[in-house]
Amino acid sequence: MPGPVDPRLLREARATAPYLVACAVSGGLVAACALGQAALLAHAIARATVPLALIGVVAFRGLLVWGQQVTAHRAAAGVKAQLRARVLDKVVRDRPDGPSGEVTALVTRGVDALDPYFAGYLPQLAPAVVVPLAVLFALAVTDVESAVIVAVTLPLIPMFGALIGLCTAARTRRRWRSLEVLAGHFADTVRGLPTLKAFGRAQAQAAQVGRITAEHRRATLGTLRIAFVSALVLEIAATVSVALVAVSAGLRLVSGALPFETALFVLILAPEAYLPLRSAASQFHAAQDGVAAATRIFAVLDAPGGDVQVGGALRPIGELRVEDVTIARREPVGPFSFTAPAGALTVLAGPSGIGKTSLLDVLLGLTPAASGRVLLDGADVVPGDEWRRGIAWVPQRTFLVAGTVAENIALAVPGSPDDAVLRAASLVGIPDFTPLDADASALSAGQRQRVALARAVLRADLLDTPLVLLDEPTAHLDPHTELRVLDLLDGPFHGRTVIATTHRTALRERADHLIDLNALAVPA
Amino acid sequence: MTPQRPGVRLAASVLAGSGALVCGIGLMATSAWLISRASQHPPVLYLMVAIVAVRAFGMGRGALRYVERLVSHDAALRLLARTRVRVFERLAELTPAIRPSGPLGTVLDNAEGVADRWLRGVLPMASAAIACGAAVVLEWWVTPSAGAVLLAGLLVGGLVAPVLAASGARRAELHAAAARATLTARTAETLDGLPELTAFGALPDRLALLSRADRAVTRAAFRSAWTAGLGSALTVLATGASVLGALALGVPAVREGRLPFVLLAVIVLTPLAAFEAVAELSQAAQRLLRAREDARRVAAVLSLPEPVTEPSVPAPIPGGPPHLRIDRVTARWPDAPSDSLSEPGLQLDLPPGRRLVIMGASGAGKSTLAAVLARFLDYRGSVTLNGAELRDLSPDAVRRVICLGGQEAHVFDTTVAENVRLARPGASDEDVADALRRAGLGPWLTVLPAGLATRVGEHGSAVSGGQRQRIALARALLADAPVLVLDEPDAHLDDATAVTVLTDLLARAGDRTVILITHRDAVPGGDPVLRHVHEVVTLS
Repeated sequence: MPGPVDPRLLREARATAPYLVACAVSGGLVAACALGQAALLAHAIARATVPLALIGVVAFRGLLVWGQQVTAHRAAAGVKAQLRARVLDKVVRDRPDGPSGEVTALVTRGVDALDPYFAGYLPQLAPAVVVPLAVLFALAVTDVESAVIVAVTLPLIPMFGALIGLCTAARTRRRWRSLEVLAGHFADTVRGLPTLKAFGRAQAQAAQVGRITAEHRRATLGTLRIAFVSALVLEIAATVSVALVAVSAGLRLVSGALPFETALFVLILAPEAYLPLRSAASQFHAAQDGVAAATRIFAVLDAPGGDVQVGGALRPIGELRVEDVTIARREPVGPFSFTAPAGALTVLAGPSGIGKTSLLDVLLGLTPAASGRVLLDGADVVPGDEWRRGIAWVPQRTFLVAGTVAENIALAVPGSPDDAVLRAASLVGIPDFTPLDADASALSAGQRQRVALARAVLRADLLDTPLVLLDEPTAHLDPHTELRVLDLLDGPFHGRTVIATTHRTALRERADHLIDLNALAVPA
Repeated sequence: MTPQRPGVRLAASVLAGSGALVCGIGLMATSAWLISRASQHPPVLYLMVAIVAVRAFGMGRGALRYVERLVSHDAALRLLARTRVRVFERLAELTPAIRPSGPLGTVLDNAEGVADRWLRGVLPMASAAIACGAAVVLEWWVTPSAGAVLLAGLLVGGLVAPVLAASGARRAELHAAAARATLTARTAETLDGLPELTAFGALPDRLALLSRADRAVTRAAFRSAWTAGLGSALTVLATGASVLGALALGVPAVREGRLPFVLLAVIVLTPLAAFEAVAELSQAAQRLLRAREDARRVAAVLSLPEPVTEPSVPAPIPGGPPHLRIDRVTARWPDAPSDSLSEPGLQLDLPPGRRLVIMGASGAGKSTLAAVLARFLDYRGSVTLNGAELRDLSPDAVRRVICLGGQEAHVFDTTVAENVRLARPGASDEDVADALRRAGLGPWLTVLPAGLATRVGEHGSAVSGGQRQRIALARALLADAPVLVLDEPDAHLDDATAVTVLTDLLARAGDRTVILITHRDAVPGGDPVLRHVHEVVTLS
C-alpha cells in the first residue's frame, strides 16, 4: 500500500532533501501565523479595536505561501527531470530491441503524474502535522473543553484515511493498470485505422472506444465512491467539531464560564486545526496516481538488465561464423549454423518467420542468442558499440525521425558532412523523387527503404564498415530501382562482407553463398 | 439525469459544490453570531435556532461536498468518453490522408485535457462564484460598505489573482506545452527507433537531444512556478485585507452605535470562510490554461478539411456485378506539393471478374490510385462503378464493394482470429481459418500454440513481415468484396510463396474483380502469376 510518504520516492531523487527541510520549516511558520492571527482577531473583535500587528501577520503569510509554492513547483520539476533521465537511461541500455508502448507512456506522461505528489501533497504534509498539534496545545492552554472536542475528532481523520486507503489501494493500482492497458489499446487502434477503415470497421471501433471508456468510467467511479468517503469523514469531522466547539463555547458564555475573547479565539482557531489536514487529504488522492506511477517507474528501474553485453573493441573484419545459434522468441528459432566468408555476399533464404531478421538482430547485438556462438575468424564475438561501429545495416522497416530527408540519412553517422549525405542519397536515387530538405514523413514505403539504403551507404562510406547487413533491402522497390540498388554491391558495398535476407530472385542470383535456413533449422 | 445530457450533471455538480461552500460560510457566520449573542447572557432559548443552524451547516458541508465530487467526476469521465469518440471518429475520417503514425496520432491523449478543463477548471470556478455571491450578499445586508469591501477583496483574490497568475504564466505555459510535446514526441521517437539508433551509434546524440528537450521542459516549469505562487500569495493578502477592511469599517460603526455589537464578529469572520471558496481558484485558472493547449489540438483535428468530400445525398450504387471504369484520373494527397498520381492517359475498363496487374516505379502513384479506388482520397477525372461516379456515392458503400488490402497492414494486439475477423464481423472460426489457409498461412496456423486464439503481441511483433502481409491477404479474402484491390501483397513474401499465394488468390477469386499492385519483376507471359491475369498496366 502506498503510505502517506513513499521513502523510495524521496530517496531516489537527490533534489528532494533540501526541499523537505524547507517544507518542515514553512510548516512551523504556518502554525505560528495561524495562532498569531487568531489571537489578534479575537482581541480586535472583543475589544472593538484595529490592531496594526495584524497587517504584519497577513503580509508574512502571503510571502510564506508564495515561497512555498515556488519551491514546491521547482522541486517537482527537478525530481521529474531526474526520474525521466534515469528511466530513459535504463530502458535504452536494457532494451535495444525496442521497449513496449507502455514503457514509452511511462517515460513521457507517467512521470507527469508525480506532479501532484511533489508540488501538491508533500508541501501540505508538514503543516498537516505541525499545525494541528500547535492548535491543540493553544486550545488546551486557553479552553480545555474545546481542546478535548478537537482532540477527539482529529485522530478520526488520519484513521479513516488510512482505513479507506487500505481498502482502495488495490483498486487504485488496478485502475492505473487498466488505464495503461487502455492507452495501449487506443494507440494500437489509431495506428491500425487505415486497415480498419478499408474494411468499414472504423465506425464500429469508434463505438468500441466509447464502450471501453464507459466501462472504465464505471470502474473508476466505483473506486471513487469509496475513496471519497475518507474525504467525507474529514469534512464532517472538521465542520461538525467546529460546530460543537461553537455551541459549547456559546453555552458556556451564557453561563459566564468563558470569557468572550477566549471564546472567539477558540472559534477562529478550531477550523485552522483541520485546514492543513483537509488540503493534504485533497492532495493525497490526487497524489495516489503519482505514487502508483512511481511504483511502476521503480519496477522498470529494478528490472533485471544486462542482456546487452558491453563488448570488446573488435571490428567485424574477417570470416563470420554463426554456430548453433538459437533465439528465444514466442516460437524459438534455430539452431542455425553457417559461415559468411569475408568480402562476399551471403544471402539467407527461407520462408517468412523462420528467423532471418532475428538472426541479423543477434549479429547486431540487439537480441541475445539463447544459445550458440558467433565467431569472427574463430574468435568469440561479443557484439557491443565498437562492433556495431563496423556494421552498415538496412532494417526491414525503416525508422524515420521527424525532420528532413537529409537529417534522416545523416542519422546513420552522427556528425556526417553534407556532401557525404548528398553522395549517399544520389547513389540510391533519392534526388529523383524528393529534394533532400523535404519533410521525410511523406515518403512512401519504397522511398523510405531507399533512405535506409542511403544510411547504409553513408556508413560504408564514412566509417568504412567491414560488415553490411541487409534485411530485405529491395522488398518495396520496383525492378528498375532494385537493379540500381544491386549495383551498390559493386559500388560502396564492394569488398565488404555482406549478409542479406531476401525474397526476391534478383538479389539471390547475385549471392556468392546461398544459405537455406529452412534446411538448417530443426524446429525445437 | 440521462446520459445524453452531461449539462444536467455539470449543473448538479455546481449546485452541490456551491452548496458545500455556502455551508462553510454559514457555519462561520452563525457561529460568530452565536458566540457574540451568547456573550450578552441571553436565555438559552434565544440561541436555539442558531445552534440548530450551526449543526446543520456543519453536517451539510461534508455531505454536499461528497455528492459534488462524485457527480463532477462522473460528468468529467462522460465528457472524456464523448470527446474520445469524437476525436477517434474524426481521425477515422481523416485516415489515411493523415498518417495515424504521425504527430496527430497522439491527439487522443489530449481528450483527457478537455475533460480536466471542466473537472478542475470550470466547475470549481462556477461553484466558488455562487458561494462568494452569497457571502457578499450576507455582508451587504449587515453593513453595505463591508459587503463592498468583501466584494472587492473576493474580486482581487478570486478573479484578479487567478487571472494574473494565469496570464503571467501564459507564456511559460505555452512554452511548456510546446516543450512537453517536443519531449514526448522525441522520447517516443527515440524508443521507437531504438534498434536503429543503437546500431548507428546515434544514441548518445539522441540522448543529448532528449536531455536538451527535458531541460527546456524543466525551465518552463521553473518559470511558471514563480507566477503560480504569486496568485496564491495575492489571494492570502486579499483575505487579510478583507478581514482588516471589515474590522476598520465595523469597529467605528460599533463604537458609534451604528452596528449592533453581535454583528461585528459576523462581518469580520465571514470573509475568512468566504475566501476558503476562492483558495483553489489560482490553480483552477492554471489548469484551465494548461488544458487550453489540449483543447486547441483537439479542435484543430476536429476542424481539419475532409480529404474526401462526401456527397450530401449519396447516389445509390447501380445494381449488378461491379463494372469499373477509370478515365484520366489525377489525385493529390493533402499537403503534397504536387499530384502523386498524374496519369492523364490512363483509361481502364474493368468488367466484372477482370484481373488487372498494375506495375510501376516507386512513387509512380500506384498506391495513390488504390487510395482513390477505396475513396480514401478525392480525385479529378472520372472513376465510375456501374456508371455511377465514385464521388457521388457514399465512401463506405464504395468500400463495401471495393476492398483495399493496404501496403502497411496493421496487425492488432489481439488474437489471430480477431485480426482476420475484423474484415467480416460474424464470420465463423472456420471461415477465418479458411481465409488464413487460402492466404498461405495453413502450416503456420497448425504450429501456433493456441491456434486461432493465439495472441499476436504488441505491434504484431510475434509475426514476421511475410506473415503480416498474409494476414492482410486473409482479411481481404474474408471480406468477400466483389472488387479486391491488393497493394503489394507480395512485398515481404519469398518468391515461391508469393507465386503460390498470388496464383491461388487469382484462381480462387472466382467472379471477383482483382486489381493487383505489385513490384513483381518477372516478364509478362513467363511469370506463372501473370498467366492468370487479363491485363498489365505500368504506371510511369
